[in-house]
Amino acid sequence: MADRPITIREALSSALREEMHRDESVFIMGEEVGVWGGTFAVTRGFLDEFGEKRVRDTPIAEMVIAGSAVGAAMAGLRPVAEIMTINFAFVAMDAIVNLAAKMRYMFDGQFKVPLVIRTTTGGGKQLGATHSHAPEVIFAHFPGLYVAVPGTAYDAKGMLKAAIRDDNPVLFVEHSTMLQRRSPVPADDYVLPIGKSDIKRKGDDVTIVTYQKGLEWSMDAAEELAKEGIEAEVIDLRWLRPLDLEPVFESFKKTNRAVVVEESLPMFNVGAEVAAQITNECFDWMDAPVQRVAAMDIPLPYSREIELAALPSPAKIIKAVKEIV
Amino acid sequence: MAKPNKNTLLDWYRQMVLIRRFEERCAEIYQQGLIGGFLHLYIGQEATGVGTVAALRENDHIITTYRDHGIALAKGLDPKAVMAEMMGKKTGVSGGKGGSMHLASRDHNFWGGHAIVGGHLPIAAGIALKARYNDEDEVTVCMMGDGATNIGYFHESLNLSAVWDLPVVWLVENNQYGMGTAVERASAADHMVLKARGYQNSRGEGIKEGPRLDGMDVMAVYEGISEAIDYASKNGPILVESLTYRLEGHSMGDPQRYRTKDEVEEYSAKGPIGRFRQYLTENYKNIESDLDKIDGDAVEAVNEAVAFAESSPDPTMDDLISNVYAD
Repeated sequence: MADRPITIREALSSALREEMHRDESVFIMGEEVGVWGGTFAVTRGFLDEFGEKRVRDTPIAEMVIAGSAVGAAMAGLRPVAEIMTINFAFVAMDAIVNLAAKMRYMFDGQFKVPLVIRTTTGGGKQLGATHSHAPEVIFAHFPGLYVAVPGTAYDAKGMLKAAIRDDNPVLFVEHSTMLQRRSPVPADDYVLPIGKSDIKRKGDDVTIVTYQKGLEWSMDAAEELAKEGIEAEVIDLRWLRPLDLEPVFESFKKTNRAVVVEESLPMFNVGAEVAAQITNECFDWMDAPVQRVAAMDIPLPYSREIELAALPSPAKIIKAVKEIV
Repeated sequence: MAKPNKNTLLDWYRQMVLIRRFEERCAEIYQQGLIGGFLHLYIGQEATGVGTVAALRENDHIITTYRDHGIALAKGLDPKAVMAEMMGKKTGVSGGKGGSMHLASRDHNFWGGHAIVGGHLPIAAGIALKARYNDEDEVTVCMMGDGATNIGYFHESLNLSAVWDLPVVWLVENNQYGMGTAVERASAADHMVLKARGYQNSRGEGIKEGPRLDGMDVMAVYEGISEAIDYASKNGPILVESLTYRLEGHSMGDPQRYRTKDEVEEYSAKGPIGRFRQYLTENYKNIESDLDKIDGDAVEAVNEAVAFAESSPDPTMDDLISNVYAD
């Protein structure tokens, strides 16, 4: 069947629906997933379709949402637990880090944790400091956990299916401002590999390494740069853990310069890791220091114009590229 | 609930003595540096662990805190593999990667040993959810200390178990101190079972307020937990308290400034093993020789466990990096 453009929201819904039909042990639990239909409408209609056993509204209680999902996964179910936004995942930090990520190693493989925790990230919606950031990199610090950061509908569907079918815990991060973005998705079943980055645009002059919202900004920046004769190669990481930098190294050896773009804060972020690894792997090919574009080093404010000023933008990316090209 | 016969009672005595001798030896070899990290002894609380495990039905589940050696041994894990874990050996129940606080055996439905206070409570809810989801008659017994009743996980897990009607026995082992802080200095409720009332509706439905058991009496614990499991299987969650006493410090090297020697001696005099032995000798003729043999066998089993652990290899560099992820 021909590919058809659908939104990221539709891609997530269809991945969940198809996996629930495929495997009886897959179920959804979380804040407002049932009667409400998901605060981002991803699970609308699911309660009628699958019933209360498999679409379970929870209290607003992130510690037990994540923690009980770990227990259910250890015992043989395949929970898809939803924590409405990643801001609330901080409340569940112990369950995600100490329970989900370490359970297998600590008991030397006696347990597996086939768990997906879905959550949304991102600022730019005038929600104030506690609800406005993209801190998913924090969770990528911990071995035992995978962190998915899809940026297109095609990736979202194939990656969510991979996450549900895998026997390891996955923090599946969706961007709250990108759910309406459309891209072509095959009607047939497909699953994308875990931990594979993807070249979203070919170019020979500079390598832009990014993901999710940064991907959108970077693609816009690349179009503008092309008008001036600068061809950027844009690499979408898609997963922060496992982190697949092989295509980045390969690209860098061609372009000899790189910019890392992300929405998270500027210290101890994805850019720091990628820049360090490029330096180690590609030192002899390096023509300029790796540039980093991230949010400003402040909590985000409410007022619209200054909030947007604190976030990355295509203009900031273009400026960073021109520093080194 | 099956009435325990003489052989069953002897087996409980065997388990309690094995746990006591095992842990006394652990304390010794800890001082010699053969066990690293923390070591939290169960000495004084054996009746609660043995009585609780005895009450489990074949497919029931148990999960507990970092004070987990007693539960592991009562569940029938090989003392050799448990001692090897204490010493960080490859042959340990968790491959030497978990240590004293992280004993577990999936094959025994023993879900661990967990070292974040309260962190295992939501896991218990999740295991119970699996039973509910699959419509299986399996009860999860979640043991915790009195200190865990004050942490957020307690509230969220008990509330969810009531909302979702999960088959869980929440069992508070009230040993009267959360580390060095006495219960009444840390908890607004002095009786732990009172906390069930926060998870009941106006018709009294929700978490059942269960009994306060004499946690120094293995038979009382067995009866109380058997009834609680039966209740949870038929009706849903229940909160039970077992009143016990930790005769040793919170962990090794605890100066115990928070209690008097007299208090410890008072509890020591009514300790669970001596008391049970006395019951057995008063109620069964000529049982002393059986008990003496059990005492001797326990020492022998611990000697074997130590010898096995000492001669076992350390985990390898391959083990170091294995089982971070499932394949």
